[in-house]
Amino acid sequence: MSNPIQLYPLGDAAIVLKFGDTIALPTHHAIRAVCAHLDEHPVPGLVEYVPAFTTLTLYYDPWHFSAHGRLDPYAGVTAAVRQLLAHIQNAAPRHAPRLLKIPVCYAPEFGPDLEVVASHSHLLAEEVIARHSGAEYVVYMIGFAPGFPYLGGMDARIAAPRKDQPRTLVPAGAVGIAGTQTGIYSIPTPGGWQLIGRTPLRLFDPHRAQPSLLQAGDQLRFVPITEREFGQHQRHES
Amino acid sequence: MSLSILRAGLLTTIQDLGRVGYQREGIVVGGAMDAVALRLANALVGNPDSAAGLEITLLGPEIRFDADHIIAVTGADLSPTIRGERVRSYRPFLVRQGTVLKFGAARAGCRAYLAVAGSFTLPRIMGSHATYVRAQLGGLHGAALQAGDGIPCLGPPPGKLLTELTARLLNKSWVEASWSIAPPPVAGNPVIRVTQGPEYELFPAASQAALWSSAFTVSAASDRMGYRLLGPPLPLVQAQELLSSAVTFGTVQVPPDGNPIVLMADRQTTGGYPRIAQVISADFSRLAQVALGKSITFQEVSLPEAHALYLGQQHTLQQLLHTLRLKTCS
Repeated sequence: MSNPIQLYPLGDAAIVLKFGDTIALPTHHAIRAVCAHLDEHPVPGLVEYVPAFTTLTLYYDPWHFSAHGRLDPYAGVTAAVRQLLAHIQNAAPRHAPRLLKIPVCYAPEFGPDLEVVASHSHLLAEEVIARHSGAEYVVYMIGFAPGFPYLGGMDARIAAPRKDQPRTLVPAGAVGIAGTQTGIYSIPTPGGWQLIGRTPLRLFDPHRAQPSLLQAGDQLRFVPITEREFGQHQRHES
Repeated sequence: MSLSILRAGLLTTIQDLGRVGYQREGIVVGGAMDAVALRLANALVGNPDSAAGLEITLLGPEIRFDADHIIAVTGADLSPTIRGERVRSYRPFLVRQGTVLKFGAARAGCRAYLAVAGSFTLPRIMGSHATYVRAQLGGLHGAALQAGDGIPCLGPPPGKLLTELTARLLNKSWVEASWSIAPPPVAGNPVIRVTQGPEYELFPAASQAALWSSAFTVSAASDRMGYRLLGPPLPLVQAQELLSSAVTFGTVQVPPDGNPIVLMADRQTTGGYPRIAQVISADFSRLAQVALGKSITFQEVSLPEAHALYLGQQHTLQQLLHTLRLKTCS
């Protein structure tokens, strides 16, 4: 890895690895490489990891790294992390990322704010749809709610501010824009994003082996579908 | 065999030690707010550490036992009674079929835990029974318990504890064990020890000073997700947009209005507000027992001190759990 990785504590049971200061693909790939290594070679005492835009947070058991109360747990976990990083020479992703196609219906009943986004960007609604579904996105991280993806790669031309008054309930599957970000609501929740469409896919299903449909590192495209196709997909999903 | 909920109380949920390993998918850990109290309740009735129990918040429920059960109550003192007789916490007891356990008002603390020997026969979702209401996960139908609910559970397994209690029951409807463990002290307005948060240095000296010198009230808008604190606001010099990153139990984050929020069991996995402080693991239980309207003050400790306090607490807890295992198992 080229850049030095900064380590700092998040309380007494987590350590943060910071790989950069801005959202960038090389940073993302470096984080993915560590996650992939941890998946293949779990480190005793590390409980779980949470990747984010520029950080990877590792939760650890202080008792494990204290060697039965004899050592400083933070020194112990820091040494384990340095050893782990030394093993990872190449920051390139080891496996090609998955490319998923996410069907989205952009009809007015599912995209009540499409016109708001269109007028804000001085585009026609059709042009907003074309730009939104024409890009390839990267799932940088999952957070905010179960299965909620933070995506990178949206055309800045269709950026739009959040709503002044958040909705008290946004349905699961709603596709929205907030600033230069786009995302998909994974469970029904209050939310302030401009809603431009909806996917019939279930982003979060606790009964699946992998409850979150999307994982950090995935790539995806939005594929426009009609209301009729939305209905067919929905029947297929349930 | 089951427990019947006759009255639900303010917020009664099924909890265990939480959902571990799914935070990368955005799934909250959840679980007991006061994990130490739940672990002790389970140990008092001979359950494994991973068993689920009831978390009872402030105003207690009424529960009927539809079979003979061994149970224990720990955590806050929510005035538990059976037929008007006071039930003592931190002591296992045997109830006969049909007995009703009533919880009343909170006398000390905020959350009581009830464990049943054998525990509940409910499915685990992602390895856990923890109820996460917002995503309707775990527990009983993913929801807080309601009057009319029945929780299926096993009966007490044969062993020392059952033998002892059965011998003492005679013709009474319930009987306590002859022994108990000392309840941890519950402070009304406790001092909560914290380390500096990752963004502590971003706060101006006035905000840092206010953090250490002021009392903060746990506001009525607090819940299992977080404690919203009211006190002097802790503004940044300039609002900062931070990239979302992981947060954890006890993270003290400060939104733009300057009023700090302490993240608790049902916290989201990531957040973007500056983190001024982090509650040490050894004080999670104490914090979980602070009732709405009470005040806390923060005291700074170093990371090595936080670790020493946690390891000391765990050492004592492990010894106690070991002792209880010897007392309850055959």
